[in-house]
Amino acid sequence: MNVEAVARAHTIAVLVDNEAGVLARVVGLFSGRGYNIESLTVAEVDAVKRMSRITIVTKGTPMVIEQIKNQLGRLVPVHAVQDLTSEGPHVARELALIKVEGTGERRVESLRIADIFRARAVDSTTHSFIFEMTGSTEKLDAFIGLMRPLGLVEVSRTGVVAIRRGASGFENAKAARADGDERPRVKKQRVKVKS
Amino acid sequence: MSEYQELTGAEIVIKALVDEGVDIVFGYPGGAVLPIYDAIFAQNSLRHILVRQEAGAAHAAEGYARSTGKVGVLLVTSGPGATNVVTGLTDAMMDSIPIVCLTGQVATHLIGNDAFQEADTVGITRPCTKHNYLVRDANDVGRVIHEAFYVARSGRPGPVVVDLPKDVQLSIGRYAAATEVAHRTYRPRIKGDSAKIEAAVAMIAAAKRPLFYTGGGVINSGRRASELLTELVRLTGYPITNTLMGLGAYPGSDPQFLGMVGMHGLYESNLAMANCDLMIAVGSRFDDRVTGKLSAFSKGSKKIHIDIDPSSINKNVPVDIGIVGDVASVLDDLVKTWKKKRCKPDAKALKAWWKQIEQWRGRDCLRYRKTADVIKPQYAIERLYHHIKGRDAYITTEVGQHQMWAAQFLRFEEPNRWMTSGGLGTMGYGLPAAMGVQVAHPDALVIDVAGEASILMNIQELSTIIQYRLPVKVFVLNNHYMGMVRQWQELLHGGRYAETYMDALPDFVKLAEAFGAVGLRAARPEELDDVIQQMIATPHPVVADIVVDPDENCFPMIPSGAAHYEMLLGPEDEKPEISAEGKMLV
Repeated sequence: MNVEAVARAHTIAVLVDNEAGVLARVVGLFSGRGYNIESLTVAEVDAVKRMSRITIVTKGTPMVIEQIKNQLGRLVPVHAVQDLTSEGPHVARELALIKVEGTGERRVESLRIADIFRARAVDSTTHSFIFEMTGSTEKLDAFIGLMRPLGLVEVSRTGVVAIRRGASGFENAKAARADGDERPRVKKQRVKVKS
Repeated sequence: MSEYQELTGAEIVIKALVDEGVDIVFGYPGGAVLPIYDAIFAQNSLRHILVRQEAGAAHAAEGYARSTGKVGVLLVTSGPGATNVVTGLTDAMMDSIPIVCLTGQVATHLIGNDAFQEADTVGITRPCTKHNYLVRDANDVGRVIHEAFYVARSGRPGPVVVDLPKDVQLSIGRYAAATEVAHRTYRPRIKGDSAKIEAAVAMIAAAKRPLFYTGGGVINSGRRASELLTELVRLTGYPITNTLMGLGAYPGSDPQFLGMVGMHGLYESNLAMANCDLMIAVGSRFDDRVTGKLSAFSKGSKKIHIDIDPSSINKNVPVDIGIVGDVASVLDDLVKTWKKKRCKPDAKALKAWWKQIEQWRGRDCLRYRKTADVIKPQYAIERLYHHIKGRDAYITTEVGQHQMWAAQFLRFEEPNRWMTSGGLGTMGYGLPAAMGVQVAHPDALVIDVAGEASILMNIQELSTIIQYRLPVKVFVLNNHYMGMVRQWQELLHGGRYAETYMDALPDFVKLAEAFGAVGLRAARPEELDDVIQQMIATPHPVVADIVVDPDENCFPMIPSGAAHYEMLLGPEDEKPEISAEGKMLV
């Protein structure tokens, strides 16, 4: 097997049980094994089944990315792991709130650029704006770069959320990551209650 | 609605353990587990073994688990009780040993308040367990404990912690039958992919210079896995080597067995690894002790890797066929496919390969200079083996030179007979582990092969051994040095032995007697056989202090940073220049 040793950014989605400590398990795995996290988002996506979705953007060689997926897969509360970058096209978005301060021509210029980027002013004073913007990481980076000389005060970003294109959903069985066809179910031992 | 009983959380703990088939719990009481101890007091199904320090409970549970194939159980209190088991949990994590550790915790309303004997146990043990739980409701206690056992023993086994706040132990909860449903998320794959198995069989049949490289996963998979491995290896006539954790999975006295592989493995094993054209890795993980310098590791070979843990495959070494599945199941399919297809190995190529291996064997890499006035440590292990061969014996070790000599010179005919700390390298493992083994096998001969430095790390467990009349034998190779560390100082640091001389050692004979054990000593080669025989014949705990050559080093050896074919065979080999990169390795 020939493995090219080029590190690339991958967006990985992880479906987990929304239980105490699950985020710490995922984050601890990354820090403990020396993988890097470029961004991480987490929120509950199914209140009935109590499941959360974690989206992680990480960087690594193909061998490291495979490791990351397998390491995530063997965490007990993990339902499924999807490498969106290598498993076909996906949509990735980030939301940012960007505070810009200034008066006069700088203020008008920031509003003009916001319009071009389809950023929305969600708060305004006579000498400041807060812009809300959604888009790819690159688009947000570009906008923030343009705001810097125009009075950028602070930025709050969500990190990337992403989803696969097309009709198919998240594979529901964790065994899927073991790239196999037969998935026997391991039965729990029956425990009898003696009266 | 299924039937349930209303019990206190503490009673549920005991009930759930008994329902899991647990008969032995190693533990140490304290404030936060008193209700569970009270529940233990009120019943006769579970036997509690009181250790002298919680670390002892963890290693004892490991020894119990490793020698029986069952899940080992320990019970400790909150705070220091929990932090003292962290080493044992990490050890079990590295070596994939199934244990369930119950820890007490301060009451739920006190969590986070820096209460007396409070520690964030789930936080501390998260990276060193396969999974852990904090139970906040007595109604969950039974379910969580059953789940903990399931997680500990399924897939790649490992340690699981269940943290039980004191109020949860005291309050009333429902204990119901665990229903027969699959775990919500954790369902490791058992059966290997059939197409890959077919491809693997074709590759195995076509090999010219094949080698089986098998590890602890075979033993974890159960006795059947060892039988199937033996069947497959004999069907093919191929050579086999074992990792440190895998010893006993294939009969050690069989001529197809090349001995242990790795840093202090046998020359013929490492050379076969380096020169094979097909490596069949079964339940082994290409550990750095085995591969040596990765870039030079067995470059000319194709590799098949069978493992239940997908993250083990392609982790260190890229392989050609990776089969995820339980070793026994996959081996069963391999054997069946081999027979169905009437595969035949390439007899001519195999003959040439064996001829080459016999040449490497001819180097007699374990040879050492025998002396008349001082006991060579290798000689001590050889004589020990001579006297225990054929007996119902279990061996544990501490960590260091003695461990490697034991791995080189002792041969194991079946699995579960060899307990050692492989991945973590925990000094102080052997004595409590032997205790756990002896509890599980009261009539067997259980020997801890130790060094004088390691044995002092958990020497307090002699007291437990006496209390429960466990006839454990401690065979101390006493060279007055932390020998393995000193060996590295010799190789890497110009022989400057910083802090590795064991000054002010106790008199081990008197030490044994002070605890109530029998103390023996051999200081000269002619005394050795008598002492070993006496040790074996004594129906009580024995500490045998074997005073050995203080200067002996462990060979053969792959120096750090070197390729696995660049072995030093003995002190007469020129010491290699260790690269800066090599010096950085542990």
